Amino acid sequence: MISVQTDDIDPGRELEALRRACAGKAGAVVSFMGLVRDLNEGDSVSQLTLEHYPGMTEKALGEIREQACRRWNLLDAVIIHRVGPLAPSDRIVFVAAACAHRGDAFRACEFMIDTLKTEAPFWKKEVTANSTRWLPGSGNVPS
Amino acid sequence: MIKLLYFASLREALGVGNEQVELPDRISDVAALMRWLQDRGELWRNALADPHLIVAVNQQVASTDTVIQDGDEVAWFPPITGG
Repeated sequence: MISVQTDDIDPGRELEALRRACAGKAGAVVSFMGLVRDLNEGDSVSQLTLEHYPGMTEKALGEIREQACRRWNLLDAVIIHRVGPLAPSDRIVFVAAACAHRGDAFRACEFMIDTLKTEAPFWKKEVTANSTRWLPGSGNVPS
Repeated sequence: MIKLLYFASLREALGVGNEQVELPDRISDVAALMRWLQDRGELWRNALADPHLIVAVNQQVASTDTVIQDGDEVAWFPPITGG
């Protein structure tokens, strides 16, 4: 499942849905939850706003999920990313992989978050005490 | 008609996020479309001249010689920050 949403993420509900979807077959569900930090490059951050390219972003996340599913033989995987204005400590991203064994679930989860951190078409705008700034690009071209 | 999209700092600089335009017949690729948009004035000329901008046609990253056809979706955006 892929979702780009303004709504908050409920990790407990997502993990339970994965457990049920893979009942009996999954030996492991590994998840990652990303949070907004209150400090970036020495400046205190009060708000982080995420913009995305509707359609292209979902496609990019779907491809990352598919790659992980094929490479590690996952039973199921979830990527949920929030957009819009967020505050420090808000949940920004949730990734989870369900697999027969924990090793592959850990690796798949790490792959999905690492890849979307650089290749998904999101732009971040940060509000600090002194300025509002668009964060520099990752240097990668969206997949 | 084609759909044009602009994101993030470029959207802010241009003051527009998306528009539908009727494409003149002579415009058949990204480079020509870009020149046509730059003819709108100094704001457009400067904003689209940024060599770091990425262009996507139908949600696939494209280049200046990518062909544009009626019904296409063309997006310009600054380098992505990532998720």
